[in-house]
Amino acid sequence: MHTVLTRGNAILAYTLSVLACLTFCCFVSTVFLDYRTNVKINAVKTLVKNVPNYGNNKELNDLGFITFDLQTDLSGLFNWNVKQLFLYLTAEYKTESNELNQVVLWDKIILRGENAILDFKNMNTKYYFWDDGNGLRGHKNVTLTLSWNIIPNAGLLPTLFGIGEHSFKFPDQYTMQPV
Amino acid sequence: MSLLKSLGAESLFGDVSRMDKRQFFYQVLSFGMIVSSALMIWKGLMVVTGSESPIVVVLSGSMEPAFHRGDLLFLTNYPDEPVRVGEIVVFKVEGRDIPIVHRVIKLHEKSDGSVKFLTKGDNNSVDDRGLYAPGQLWLTKKDIVGRARGFLPYVGMITILMNEYPNFKFAILGILAIYVLLHRE
Repeated sequence: MHTVLTRGNAILAYTLSVLACLTFCCFVSTVFLDYRTNVKINAVKTLVKNVPNYGNNKELNDLGFITFDLQTDLSGLFNWNVKQLFLYLTAEYKTESNELNQVVLWDKIILRGENAILDFKNMNTKYYFWDDGNGLRGHKNVTLTLSWNIIPNAGLLPTLFGIGEHSFKFPDQYTMQPV
Repeated sequence: MSLLKSLGAESLFGDVSRMDKRQFFYQVLSFGMIVSSALMIWKGLMVVTGSESPIVVVLSGSMEPAFHRGDLLFLTNYPDEPVRVGEIVVFKVEGRDIPIVHRVIKLHEKSDGSVKFLTKGDNNSVDDRGLYAPGQLWLTKKDIVGRARGFLPYVGMITILMNEYPNFKFAILGILAIYVLLHRE
């Protein structure tokens, strides 16, 4: 009765169930870990301009310019079920027109094995800091946070906030000179 | 004939010839059972997750190195869970059949709870405004199919193979159906 087909079928089924079981163990072994850690953020230069946003509605919108310092050690977050960290720096603030604004200013992908100790000084942002209107000039409380999304080999995709945030003000005057 | 013998086909068809009517009906019913329970699981997942498509296969490399072609994503879409920046959402755009899996990078929420947001693929250098419908600048909640919650690599490769080689799909489905119908428990 042991034909090629039944033997092949048995091998394939056994291989697949062992793989599935190992993958599940890998997921369970890391699902309860705490992936939070400390972050130091500081906004260095803060400017705001009022220029037409051609990518959006072509109206005059507030455009913020900031540079930032960032210090953190994320090497403790990696384990056998963390394939990649997706870091992103978010500016969060409230304006008259919007209860909540969140703008990602900078992001970075760190794969397992790459350097995860970050120490940036006076970094430029990667994306434009466009407001949805004219709410940035003289804004008293813009909060910068660093968050990360954990990409596992197999499992959940948690998003976590770094412990430690930084709030800054925008100047009361628009900057007229080119930046 | 010896090839058939070695593949066990003779015993397979032997099973059928030894079946009576009652047994044959039983086989057909158990085949129907498999199909309907698969459908029930899928529809049940839709109810539990709130998403119209609870499991999706990644079809493009725009989220590499996080997701590659053929990886599987598990989605939920609970209406009272707010959308936030950094989340991976699966959304549909008017005029495109295939939903897109990208990350939210900009979000504005009004006090009445209406929210508009912009997405970008991790591996793309520009945001998604070029992918949206002409004239569309933002996505809203109704465009979302689901938000990615779980990840399983490679498993979706089968679906990709099936979609790219329809003959392969019919062959697999045909063999499975014949096997279930003809093979005696």
